[in-house]
Amino acid sequence: MATTASTSSTVADTATGFAWRYRYWLLLVVLPVLLIAAGKAGYISNFQFLQLSLMIVYSIAVLGLILLTGFNGQISLGHGAFFAVGAYTAAIMIDQAGWPFWATLPVAALVCFIVGYLFGLPALRLEGHYLALATFALAVAVPQILKYKHIEPLTRGVMGINVFKSDPPFGLPLSTDQWMFLVVLALAALMFWIARNLLDSRTGRALVAIRDHSMAASTMGINVSHYKAVMFGISALYTGLAGAMHGIIFEFVSPDSFRFELSIAILVGAVVGGIASLPGAIIGGVFVQVIEKYADALTRKISAAVHLPLELEPWLIYGIALIILMYTMPMGIAGGMAALWRRLKRS
Amino acid sequence: MEQLIQQVAAGLANGAIYALLALALVMIFVSTDHINFAQGEMAMFSAYLTWQFLQWGLNFWIALPVVMVLSFVIGVGIERIILRPLHSAPLLSVVVVFIGLLTIFHALAGGIWTHTIKAVPSPFPQVSFPGSSYIGPHQLGMIAVTIVMLFALFAFFRLTPLGLAMRAAAQNPASARLAGISVDWMLALGWGLAAAVGAVAGSMVAPAVYLEPNMMASILLYGFAGALVGGISSPGGAVAGGFIVGVLENLIAFLGNALERATGFYLVGNGEKLTVALIIVITVLTLKPSGLFGHVTVKRV
Amino acid sequence: MSSAPILARGAEPMPLLEVDGLKAYYGQTQALHGVSFSLEQGGITTLLGANGAGKTTTLRSLCGMVRTEGTIRLNGDPILGKATETIVRLGVGHVPEGRGTFTNLSVDENLRVAAYTRQDKVAVQRDLDMVFEYFPILKARIDQQAGTLSGGEQQMLAISRALMLSPRLMLLDEPSFGLAPLIVQEIFRIMRRINTEAKVSMLLVEQNAALALDLADHAYVLETGRVVMSGKAADIKNDEAIRKSYLGY
Repeated sequence: MATTASTSSTVADTATGFAWRYRYWLLLVVLPVLLIAAGKAGYISNFQFLQLSLMIVYSIAVLGLILLTGFNGQISLGHGAFFAVGAYTAAIMIDQAGWPFWATLPVAALVCFIVGYLFGLPALRLEGHYLALATFALAVAVPQILKYKHIEPLTRGVMGINVFKSDPPFGLPLSTDQWMFLVVLALAALMFWIARNLLDSRTGRALVAIRDHSMAASTMGINVSHYKAVMFGISALYTGLAGAMHGIIFEFVSPDSFRFELSIAILVGAVVGGIASLPGAIIGGVFVQVIEKYADALTRKISAAVHLPLELEPWLIYGIALIILMYTMPMGIAGGMAALWRRLKRS
Repeated sequence: MEQLIQQVAAGLANGAIYALLALALVMIFVSTDHINFAQGEMAMFSAYLTWQFLQWGLNFWIALPVVMVLSFVIGVGIERIILRPLHSAPLLSVVVVFIGLLTIFHALAGGIWTHTIKAVPSPFPQVSFPGSSYIGPHQLGMIAVTIVMLFALFAFFRLTPLGLAMRAAAQNPASARLAGISVDWMLALGWGLAAAVGAVAGSMVAPAVYLEPNMMASILLYGFAGALVGGISSPGGAVAGGFIVGVLENLIAFLGNALERATGFYLVGNGEKLTVALIIVITVLTLKPSGLFGHVTVKRV
Repeated sequence: MSSAPILARGAEPMPLLEVDGLKAYYGQTQALHGVSFSLEQGGITTLLGANGAGKTTTLRSLCGMVRTEGTIRLNGDPILGKATETIVRLGVGHVPEGRGTFTNLSVDENLRVAAYTRQDKVAVQRDLDMVFEYFPILKARIDQQAGTLSGGEQQMLAISRALMLSPRLMLLDEPSFGLAPLIVQEIFRIMRRINTEAKVSMLLVEQNAALALDLADHAYVLETGRVVMSGKAADIKNDEAIRKSYLGY
C-alpha cells in the first residue's frame, strides 16, 4: 500500500494509522476533554451530557449480556432483573445509609454477582430455550418482586426511591451532568478493559468453548458448571453496575422502571450492536438510549410523512428491524462492519 | 369453606385459559422444538380482532370462529414466511425473531386500537344458576369452552388422517417424509392451529380482565408454568398443568390471606402471583424439566 | 399401481430405475464418486459392500435426502433434486436403516400414516389385508404401541409401511440388521413373495452378502463410493474368486 505514488495518500494512511494506534487515548482522553470544553462553551447542554451518560450506561448493561449470551452462549431474556438489582442496591445504600454514590458501586457489583451466580446455579443444566424461558419468567416477575411487602421498608414500594446526585468533588469547575459523564466514561473504560482481558485469557477461551460445544468442552477438562455459573455472576455484575449508575444519574428508581420492556431493550441493543463483539456493546448502548428517548419523535415523523391509518409505534419498527437483522446481519452492526472490513481488506 | 370453593372454581376458570395457552405452546414445541415467546401477544391481538368484530355488530359466537380462522392463517403465514427459512439458524437468532414477533404484535395492537382499556362484554348470559354463589357465568363459560376445544382437538388429532399425519410429522419428520407427507406444511398447520387456540384463550379472557395490549403478558407466564408443570412435550400434560397452576396460584393466595388473618403475618397474597409462577417455573426446570407427564429427551453427542 | 413394463422404441422395456454418474455429498465431504447402475421392472437388485462403501448413501440419494449431482431416472423421468415426499409419491417406498418406526404411534396408526397420500380407500383396505396376510403378527399387535415391538416385528412394520404406499420400487436398507437368523429368513422369504405376487421391484442394500445374493437377480458391489463389480447375482454367488476379493467370503 505504501508503494503507491501520491504523497497525499501516504499522509492519509499515516493519519489513519496514527488514529488507530492511539485510538484509546483519543477516545478516552482527547474526546472527553473536547466535549467538556464544548460544554463549558455552551455548545453542549447538560441535558445532552445526560444523554451521553445514559448511552454509556446502557453500553455497560449490554456488555454484560453480550458476555453471557454472545461469548458464553447462555441466552438471557431477563437482564433487566440484574439492572434493577444494581439500581436498587445503590439507591438503598444512598437512601438508607447515606453512602456517597461511588461507594455504592462495589457493593452493587458484589450483590449483583451473588444474585447472578445464584440464578446461574440452577440454570446450569438448562439448555437454550429452557434458559430463555426461565429468564423470560424472571423479567416478567421483576416489578412484582420489587413491590413485595416485606422489602418495602427498604424499597419504599411503589413510590420508589429518590436519590440526589452529588456535586463534583474538589470543586472542579464542572456541572453535575458533566461530572457524571466523566465518571461513567471512566467506569465504562475500566469494565471494557476487564472484559477484553477476560476474553483474551484462558478463561475467555474456555467460555467460548462452552458456548460452541459444551459437551466437548467438558471432556477437555473444563469445569462447565463452574464457568457457566460464574459467568452468570459476572454478567449480572456488569448489567447491575450499569443499573446502579442509571439510578444515580437518573436520581430515581421504582419498580415500574424495570418492566419486561427493559430486558427486551437490552437484548435488542446487544443483537443490533453485535452479540459477540465488544465494540458492538457500545453501538448497542447507543441504540438502547435511542429506543428510550427518540423513538417516539422519530416514529411520529414517519407516521406524519407516510399517512398510515394506524399509529406507528416505535416497537413495531424495532420488531421488524430485529427480524430483518436476523436474516441479513445476525452478528449485528459490529459484525456486519467487521465482515465488510474483511472483504475490503481482501480485495 | 365457601370462599375456598370459590377460589378453586376461579382457579379452574383461570386454569382453563392457562391450559389453552399451554396447549398452544406445546403444539408448537412438539413440532418445531421452539418456544413461541410471542404466543401471548398473538392471543392478545386475536382478542382485539374479536372485539373489533363485536364493534361491527357481529355476534360473539360468529366472531370467534372467524377470528380463529384469521389467526390460523396468520399462524401459518408466520411459520411459512418468517420461521421456515431460519430452520437451520442458531437458536439465538430464532429466539430474537420470536421476540421481534412479540413486539410487532404488541405494537400493532396498540397502534391500531390505542392503549385505552376496553371492556368486552361477556358472551355468556348473566343469569344465576345452581352453584352461582361459587362461580360466575363467564368463569363457567371459560371452562366449558376450553373443554369443548380440548375435545375437538383430541378428536382431530386422534381420529382424522390429517391429525395423524401432523402427529407423525412432529414425532418423526424423516419417516413422515418417507410416507409421502409434506412435513413443512404439517408444521405450518400446527402453527396455525396453535394460533387459533391462542385466539380462543385471548377472546375468552378479555371479558374477565379488560382488553389492553399488556393483557396477556402475565397470563403467558402462567401458561408457561402450566406447560412446564404438565410437561412441555405432552399436550395432555400441558392442559393438566394449566389447570393445576390456575388452582395452585389461587390456593396459595388464599392460604396466604388466611395466614395473615390468623397470625397477622403476611407471606404471600394476591400481589405475589407472578412471583409464585416464577418460582414454579424455576423449580420445575431445575428439578424435573420434563414435567409431570412429559418425557425426557436424551442429548446426543 | 400397475407395473406393466413400459415399452420404449425397441422391444426392450425401459428400466424402472436408471442411475448415472451419481455423486453425493454430506456437507463438504463427498460420499459417492459417480455411481451408475440400473434396475429392471420386477427385478430385485442388491447393492453390496463393506461399511462406509456408500450403500446407504445411495438409497438416501434416490430419495432426495442428501445433496446430489448426476442423473437419476425413475421410469424415464428425472428425479434428482426433487423433495423426498415428492419422490415417495411417485412410487418409491423406502424402508430405512433403523426401521424408522413411529414409536409413539400404534401399529395401526403406523400403517394408516403411510396410506395418508392415497385417495382410493378400497385399494388401501386391500393393501392392508395383503400386509396382514404377509405379516399376521402385525394384525395380532395392531393396537400396540409400535415402539414396544421387537426388532423383527418393527422390520416387518417398516416393510409394511412401504407396501402401504403401493410402490413400484421398494428400497430396503439392511433389513437383516440386528435380527435373529430365523426371523431374517422369514422376512426374506416374504420379500420374495412381495416381489413376485405384488410385483414390486426391489433395490436391496445388505451387508450380509450371502443372504442378498440368494434373493436378488442382479448385484452391484460398491467400494468407497464407486461401483467396482456388477453382474448376475447367481454368477457372483458361484464365483469364489470374486466373492473372496470383493465380498470377503
